[in-house]
Amino acid sequence: MKKILIVCGNGLGSSFIVEMNVKKIINELNKEAEVAHTDLTSAKSETADIILSAKDIAEQLSGHSARVFGLSNLLDNNRIKEILSENL
Amino acid sequence: MLQFIIHDVLGTPAILVGLFSLIGLLLQKKAFSDVISGTLKTIMGFVILTSGAAIIATTLATFSQLFEHSFHIQGVVPNTDAMAALAQKNYGTATAMIMVLGMLFNIVLARITPLKYIFLTGHHTLYMAAMLAVILSVGGLSLPWVVTIGAVILGVMMVVSPAILQPFTRKITGTDDLALGHFGSTGYLLSALVGKATGKGSPSIEELKVPKSLNFLRDSSVAISLTMMILFLVLVVVAGKEFVESHVSEGQNFIVFAVIQSLTFAAGVWIILAGVRMVIAEIVPAFKGIADKLVKDAKPALDCPTVFPFAPNAVIVGFLASFAAGLVSMFLCPLFGLSVIVPGLVPHFFCGATAGVYGNICGGRRGAVIGAFAQGLLISFLPAILLPLMGDLGFASTTFGDADFGVAGIILGHIVAWFN
Repeated sequence: MKKILIVCGNGLGSSFIVEMNVKKIINELNKEAEVAHTDLTSAKSETADIILSAKDIAEQLSGHSARVFGLSNLLDNNRIKEILSENL
Repeated sequence: MLQFIIHDVLGTPAILVGLFSLIGLLLQKKAFSDVISGTLKTIMGFVILTSGAAIIATTLATFSQLFEHSFHIQGVVPNTDAMAALAQKNYGTATAMIMVLGMLFNIVLARITPLKYIFLTGHHTLYMAAMLAVILSVGGLSLPWVVTIGAVILGVMMVVSPAILQPFTRKITGTDDLALGHFGSTGYLLSALVGKATGKGSPSIEELKVPKSLNFLRDSSVAISLTMMILFLVLVVVAGKEFVESHVSEGQNFIVFAVIQSLTFAAGVWIILAGVRMVIAEIVPAFKGIADKLVKDAKPALDCPTVFPFAPNAVIVGFLASFAAGLVSMFLCPLFGLSVIVPGLVPHFFCGATAGVYGNICGGRRGAVIGAFAQGLLISFLPAILLPLMGDLGFASTTFGDADFGVAGIILGHIVAWFN
């Protein structure tokens, strides 16, 4: 099963909301994946297949083994749906 | 038996939050395995959070010893995460009950009033519940009153705080479907109004080129390590090698001691955040699930970094302006007989950045700078004024940093004192 990690500065608020949205989208797409959220420091040492975060956070995760997607609007669920349907 | 339930079970905050999470999971009709793991993780999260608090408490004691020795005045670094965790030791039960009842009251208000906001920033709900528990308990109220009054105030704040910003949030995000849910809202409102008043005709800051190199401060562990390292290094140098090594560090080299103390603090906050993440992981989805069922056209109120991508330049400039205000205030506070509030990079980064976004939307680049600066003054003076109202916790060398904690705490503290 693929693992999706959502990352924000503190790993408390915005990444958590996106995680809830991602879980809903995965259900709608009829797919399965493990979803988690965390802070930037921890993300660097955590393994994942896909990372979603705000654009400026994504820039700091370049070089991560996962495919990193920077979102210009964290709540753009259509864009997230696009990314997930292409990559899951 | 009743004594066992009330005193030992409900009186143990970790068990209490575990029970809330259990009820939430059962209400959502989750699978048996999810119910078990969710409940256990919530309790573990609470235990982790209090362990983190114990770690930062020791470095804070060292910090205040050095600060008072060097400057003969109390020095405080505001950090809301750390402060809320410290408060759990004595006010955990009240905090947990205020949090859950406050969330339910938020849903009631969203259903029956035109303020359709559902405040989804779970860690801020927890922290505000902690602040209310402290202020009301220190004011001499008994537990049932602390919980009832605290929950009502929390519930009201959860709809009012997004509401006062909505005219501006709408302009920033271009939609009315979502709101800002962050208890720094009075600071952002101030920034928006100051921006409006001062920034007439000033073009948006997003047309400028701003270096993005400061973005690494969004990594809060890095920001905290840096702040604390600079502070501790200044302190050990002022206190002197001899004093530090003979009285404080038990012989460890003073520079090495300063570096390790600062990173210990950052590690403690990281642990607290990991614990908080686990505590709210089950409670917030349950809250959202219930709210979605009961409130038609509910508007989710979300954490402040949600608005950052809409104005990335304002984020950097807002942080710098707010931090500058923090530095100025550090020297101003003692002149008013207040404790020295040392500007922390974390509150100034997150709150300053958000204030910059609101200042920019109302008053362009001039608005972003002056608005965020005003916000920076606010989050420097409010914590200093709040300190004496928090009883023993007022001597903890850290305190609640974001604006609403100060505004609500100061008003409430004085009302409670007036009644007594």
